[in-house]
Amino acid sequence: MIDKIAHSAAAALADVKDGATVMIGGFGTAGLPDELIAALIDQGARDLVVVNNNAGNGDTGLAALLGAGRVRKIICSFPRQVDSWHFDKLYREGRIELELVPQGNLAERIRAAGAGIGAFFTPTGYGTVLAQGKETREIDGRMQVLEYAIHADVALIKAERGDRWGNLTYRKTARNFGPVMAMAARCTVATVHEVVELGALDPEAVVTPGIFVQRVVPIPRTATRGAGFKAA
Amino acid sequence: MDALPRWTRDQMAARVARDIPDGSVVNLGIGLPTLIANHLPEGREVILQSENGILGMGPAPAAGQEDYDLTNAGKQPVTLLPGGAYFHHADSFAMMRGGHLDICVLGAFQVSARGDLANWHTGAHDAIPAVGGAMDLAIGAKRTFVMMEHLTKAGQSKLVETCTYPLTGLACVSRVYTDLAVIDVGPRGAVVVDIVDGLEWDALQAVTAVALARA
Repeated sequence: MIDKIAHSAAAALADVKDGATVMIGGFGTAGLPDELIAALIDQGARDLVVVNNNAGNGDTGLAALLGAGRVRKIICSFPRQVDSWHFDKLYREGRIELELVPQGNLAERIRAAGAGIGAFFTPTGYGTVLAQGKETREIDGRMQVLEYAIHADVALIKAERGDRWGNLTYRKTARNFGPVMAMAARCTVATVHEVVELGALDPEAVVTPGIFVQRVVPIPRTATRGAGFKAA
Repeated sequence: MDALPRWTRDQMAARVARDIPDGSVVNLGIGLPTLIANHLPEGREVILQSENGILGMGPAPAAGQEDYDLTNAGKQPVTLLPGGAYFHHADSFAMMRGGHLDICVLGAFQVSARGDLANWHTGAHDAIPAVGGAMDLAIGAKRTFVMMEHLTKAGQSKLVETCTYPLTGLACVSRVYTDLAVIDVGPRGAVVVDIVDGLEWDALQAVTAVALARA
């Protein structure tokens, strides 16, 4: 019998190793799996390479992981926000490496890893400092930049509903990077707010098929906190 | 500062909105361009895309109705219009990078007469760089507009011969909307298509760092 339901976040993350590359879903706080990040902090893995769109908001979630000094390098598109003080401090002190990636390249490099594509050419970033030193080629009359896939040891993502085969649906824009990160990691751990019986998810509406998910952790629903912007 | 006649931010937004055809799919960048959504003329159906996975983005929710699983690119709460859809990040950026968006409107630090864009980084030594979706949007949409103040706070022209800030994209902007004028940029250089009421040509040219041509 296949049963990917984990009885706790701690159990789901017990085997994360020092030095691991960890993809973490989320765009700001939407889709950020806070409970898995808290469990990762407790688990103690260090020297992590984290892949996320941002670099933490406030003092919880990804910001707390950074603040705990567990992250050696972050690969992201938009680290600087009004409430990214943990990242800002580490960066200014030279205690974290930053690989800044245009957001579309980030999504596509992750997707490429999941699809078995080693690298691809894209016009994004051509002629900018973010393409410096990268191979370029003219394709269809347009200059393009070679970008490599980003693989991960673990992906931590937040979904809405799931079943024991690992099929997932998401909620609104909390979906964001979840589906592509699930494809790109050797082990994908997803939180869900509801575990349902096989067959209860509409097969036409499953967003992430279970083959991309190894562990499903049920978590009680809490309202997502707003962050990352200046209140009016 | 000078006492030039100027469009207000809302007048600028309304001027951009006038140029967005019925049926367009549009991405409005963070900052000034977000104002455009408030000025789309009645009866014109325009679908707004948000990089974090929305087509058919609606206005901000009423106070107390905020759902932070439904936010815009600036992470502020928004709503979904009937007919709207959610999708993941690779699909969202495929919409941009694959040339499916009709128009994107971005803010800018500098735009060159040939349409180079600098809008993500001042290059200041102590600044923490952040690029987000700017480079994908700039080169991916069928048309890229810029909406920006004509001058910096220090009175420098933001329309320049060559961008001195780090580039976002090369030759990607087709039209610039400022508080003084609407100016096409590209292979033919800077061509003025509209000018704020009461502003003389010579006065516009005097505060603009590139040679302007008449449409």
